[in-house]
Amino acid sequence: MNPSSDSFAPQTSAKPGRTLRPTVFWRIAEDIPKPLNWSLMIASIALPLLLWWVVTALQLVDPKFLPSPGTVLATFQRLISTGELQKDTIASLWRVGVGFSLAALFSIPIGVLMGSFASIRALLEPAFGLMRYMPAPAFIPLLIIYLGIDEAPKIALIFIGVFFFNALMAMDTVKFVPKDLIESTYMLGGDRWQTLTQVIFPHVLPGIIDACRINLAAAWQLVIVAELIAANEGLGRRISYAGRFFKTDEIFVGLIVIGVIGMSLDLFFQYLLRVSCRWSSQRR
Amino acid sequence: MHIEIINLHKHFDTQNGRLVVLKDINMTIEWGEFICAVGASGSGKSTLLRQIAGLDHPSGGEVRIDGEKVTGPGPDRGMVFQHYTLYPWMNVQENAEFGLKLQGIPKNQRRERASYYLDVVGLTSFAKALPKELSGGMKQRVAIARALASEPKVLLMDEPFGALDVHTKETMHEFMLDLWQRTNITVFMITHDVEEAVFLSNRIYALGARPGTVRKEIIVNLPERTHHIKRQSVFHDYRDELMDLMRSHGQEAFAAMAA
Ligand SMILES: Nc1ncnc2c1ncn2[C@@H]1O[C@H](COP(=O)(O)OP(=O)(O)O)[C@@H](O)[C@H]1O
Ligand SMILES: [Mg+2]
Repeated sequence: MNPSSDSFAPQTSAKPGRTLRPTVFWRIAEDIPKPLNWSLMIASIALPLLLWWVVTALQLVDPKFLPSPGTVLATFQRLISTGELQKDTIASLWRVGVGFSLAALFSIPIGVLMGSFASIRALLEPAFGLMRYMPAPAFIPLLIIYLGIDEAPKIALIFIGVFFFNALMAMDTVKFVPKDLIESTYMLGGDRWQTLTQVIFPHVLPGIIDACRINLAAAWQLVIVAELIAANEGLGRRISYAGRFFKTDEIFVGLIVIGVIGMSLDLFFQYLLRVSCRWSSQRR
Repeated sequence: MHIEIINLHKHFDTQNGRLVVLKDINMTIEWGEFICAVGASGSGKSTLLRQIAGLDHPSGGEVRIDGEKVTGPGPDRGMVFQHYTLYPWMNVQENAEFGLKLQGIPKNQRRERASYYLDVVGLTSFAKALPKELSGGMKQRVAIARALASEPKVLLMDEPFGALDVHTKETMHEFMLDLWQRTNITVFMITHDVEEAVFLSNRIYALGARPGTVRKEIIVNLPERTHHIKRQSVFHDYRDELMDLMRSHGQEAFAAMAA
């Protein structure tokens, strides 16, 4: 550096004190220490529970409106011992299982075909895009008219709510298959079918599992909505029935069971996702 | 018997009108040669290679292999891309076998052949590794083994070492020469790296840019092919000649852009 440029240094140097300060809690896009991570995760569940307990123990709210954790636990045990809760849970799970599986069975291959072939995409994407914006619960009256009030309309509702979203999300996963990888396959002698089944499909599988995970949450919501309207058993029907008789403790039991099952399904899919993309160099 | 590129012409219709990328390209590749086409970036090298590969169709002219016109991609031409194109969920062995699997070759046979070529590229001990566990140079060696396993007539390479650091690149150059001598494979490689072209090839096509044309054909006669040669004047003469050719292209392109 020559002396003449040195004389400019005081004017051009940046303000002191702009150095980024070290932190643990506020690290952006970085991991925090494991013990802190676990403590925060436990607090995430424990704090609301504690708040609930304090509010009810101090009787800040009429127990008719907000039952205590103890009451809810007792109700939970009663419903288990009579077998009603199991019956409801199985009914809801069965509807989600059938509706979601059917939707996945059709939407995954159709979505992958849409992603792979511009022709099929042009044929289906406008229609699917339109259907996606029609809220599935808006179909309930039609489904009841067409299919009655048994299992069929509930399963159809879940199918409608999952199919279009899942197909479009599966379609999007194909975008991330590098074109070079497809062309390499052609150069190695692969035909289009082989490319589709042996290259594109394995490549998009983790993305599809993730799409299914998100849409399973939607299916789980829809089954409750369907049961709120008409059902003889199911967790949704337990809640609406309990509401009619002001049994807030049963409503709480229903809500908590729905939440716990939903989260378990989510964790299961997260596990599948981790297993299915061990080969990927990025972390998901 | 050879590959002929006859009056090849390629244009793309873009929003800004017609872009002529390749014009009147004539080349021949004899079996057993190592040929490089050298050109600045954007001179249409990849486009040229894609026409030979059959991944794209010429606007005019044709490519013939042993007299037969190229109409689409196939395993008689092995291709190595600049970007890593290994299948990330398959291990090295499965990657090397995959072409043979697609071609319906029985399991025993394809395992044997893939293992042979993994040995040729020196990666036998990595057979069980996943691509993400390999370095860039190793990935390209697997890609080469995968292409060779189909025993193609020609190995087409699109700047295969462009993403590698200088030292790995040098190792790969020596590896390529050794491979070429041992297997008698025909190689057609495109690159913007002049030294790479001089060091590896026995013949060079220097390409002009916008539109891509064959500017000059240079036969490379080097007394030896070790890294010592890079310090000798014969090597420098070839390099400087090519650099001058490319420099004048740069000016042409600049003038064309300014106009
Ligand atoms: N499919 C395409 N459509 C339009 N323009 C293209 C297409 N492919 C290549 N080009 C253009 O052709 C020129 C040459 O490209 P390319 O063959 O990739 O050059 P190189 O490999 O020598 O860098 C570039 O200007 C590029 O933008
Ligand atoms: Mg290129």
